[in-house]
Amino acid sequence: MLCELWLSMSENILSVNNLSVSFDYQENFLSKKQKIKAVNNINFKIKKGSFFGLVGESGSGKTTLGRAILGANKVSEGNVIFHDDERDFDLTSITAKEMKEYRKKAQLIFQDPYAALSPRMTVRDIIAEPLEVMRITNSREETDARVRDIAAKCRLNLEHLRRFPHAFSGGQRQRISIARALVSNPKFIVADESVAALDVSIQADILNLLKQLQQELNLTYLFISHDLSVVAHVCDIVAVMYLGHIVEMAPSRELFSNPRHSYTKALLSSIPSIDPEKKSKAIELQGEIPSAMNPPSGCVFRTRCPNPTHDCKEGHIEMGLIEVSPNHWVDQCCVNCG
Amino acid sequence: MSHLLEINNLDVKFDTDEGRITAIENVSLTLDQGKVLGIVGESGSGKSVTAKSIMQLNPGNTIYNENAEIIIDDENVIKFTSKNDLKKIRGGKVSMIFQEPMASFAPAIKIGHQMVEQLMLHKTMGKGEAKNISIDMLIRVGIADAEKRFNQYAFELSGGMRQRAMIAMALSTMPKLLLADEPTTALDVTIQAQVINLMKDIIKEFNMGVIFITHDLGVIAQVADDVAVMYLGSVVERGPVNDILKNPKHPYTRGLLNALPDINNLDAPLKPIPGNIPSPLDRPTGCVFRTRCPDPTHECKEGSIEMGLIEVSPGHWVDQCCVNCG
Repeated sequence: MLCELWLSMSENILSVNNLSVSFDYQENFLSKKQKIKAVNNINFKIKKGSFFGLVGESGSGKTTLGRAILGANKVSEGNVIFHDDERDFDLTSITAKEMKEYRKKAQLIFQDPYAALSPRMTVRDIIAEPLEVMRITNSREETDARVRDIAAKCRLNLEHLRRFPHAFSGGQRQRISIARALVSNPKFIVADESVAALDVSIQADILNLLKQLQQELNLTYLFISHDLSVVAHVCDIVAVMYLGHIVEMAPSRELFSNPRHSYTKALLSSIPSIDPEKKSKAIELQGEIPSAMNPPSGCVFRTRCPNPTHDCKEGHIEMGLIEVSPNHWVDQCCVNCG
Repeated sequence: MSHLLEINNLDVKFDTDEGRITAIENVSLTLDQGKVLGIVGESGSGKSVTAKSIMQLNPGNTIYNENAEIIIDDENVIKFTSKNDLKKIRGGKVSMIFQEPMASFAPAIKIGHQMVEQLMLHKTMGKGEAKNISIDMLIRVGIADAEKRFNQYAFELSGGMRQRAMIAMALSTMPKLLLADEPTTALDVTIQAQVINLMKDIIKEFNMGVIFITHDLGVIAQVADDVAVMYLGSVVERGPVNDILKNPKHPYTRGLLNALPDINNLDAPLKPIPGNIPSPLDRPTGCVFRTRCPDPTHECKEGSIEMGLIEVSPGHWVDQCCVNCG
């Protein structure tokens, strides 16, 4: 029994338990301090070697969640535990020294490859910087060898390393960002809208590269995106966020073929079809995403739900995921709606 | 019947420190009233430059060729130089919606004031009438509390609302031609669906011609009647939307379609177009696409074939070099 428990634990690389992140907000210096909950009571686990997708509209808390997992935003409630081979990192009680160790294991790839690279550093220096800052390598030779190694994996050649970022196109720059994130040999990568700024052809290229690197280097990704068709293609498991809550979570094929939450259904129906004869039948949601400053009571989606049940409309039902079929989790309030 | 807009043999070059860059080469397009022409292509393909040429909004170092024609109402607007003439096209007959709705409103002036100002400039009307029309227009695009929003600043509105206000402003002068430059790219999918439906209704109601620029082929499929595919400043394929998306003849169009993740077929691999877009400073001679063509014919590879569209089926034009390529 204990052995089984240990085995099932060891499969996960990350556990997020009842995680909330709030920010202080004060309209002006006379008014009362308010708390804004950007991420609210989130629970999920990421299996080692998986491609975990996180989708939702702007303002749903995707980026805040990703940053909290990396320790860049303070966790207000709950905890985030990163399971490394030898030990666990608990982000709520982590020491500064442990944090340095954690940063080697978990890295971030940014959205905009034009803003993420310093224009005054050569590509070699950009990729080498994490090694120097984290004191991973001891000599220049060693640093150079690792930079060359990871650059080759990201399909950058030696001549590229001497140049400055301005000489590169968007796709090449994103490959440089990826090389920089991977040079410290991390195990877990948060890719925050990493292909959103790219053209379709380059986007396909970068997605293929991420997949290939996952195989080669044994990586686990948390892939944040607002583009559902991209997520459907690359991710194994997808969680849908709305106003700080996960409203549905399932293996991607299951989610895209059999969505249960009305928000997921609306999102899927809004993707414009490539076939001109198939005119879109988008389920139009009324209004806009409510402000996180005063979210609706009970189910956060009830103000836009196309067909709410009576209890849902009144805001009587608390948010919480229930398992409707194996590994398919849906918010309990909306299982029976629309 | 004459066309609403006719662009003939347009070349656009920019004078820069690094030399003269060809942004657009020999582009010819037509658009009829009540129709939507979609322009697709990757960044740097010249989509926006083409649209901006119509309103002469390109920067000061722009050089247009002598024999270029952009004809609206029998007037060659590209030859316009006087302020009065330009005023007729900028905001009068032609309006433009930009990609970033935050950047296209002045941040320190109320939205209502900006709408009224441009109406009074282009139409002979008083302040009161302009205000009524503006508020009507805001209601028309689905903005709740239009009176309240009229007196607010751009930062007080959400992204989707701002883009709708932008559309309301562009349409209030009743232009004959609307240039929409990536109007939905910055929006979330659910808001995008709202804005697309709204634009389709309004286009029908006002019977205007629209040039819809986007890199999203799904959006094109839903809104456009005709499509022009641009690559490195040249139109490589154009025709009715059904022909282009279902029976593409140019390898670049096929490449774009293959690179697109398809939600209905999750097993299909994502196929990027090989190679990179060449720098506009060293544009390939002959066919511009030959450096990335997956299966070029011998003459194509040598660059000995000139670019030029030929008609392969009624209304469907493809670059002559690439008709026979893989």
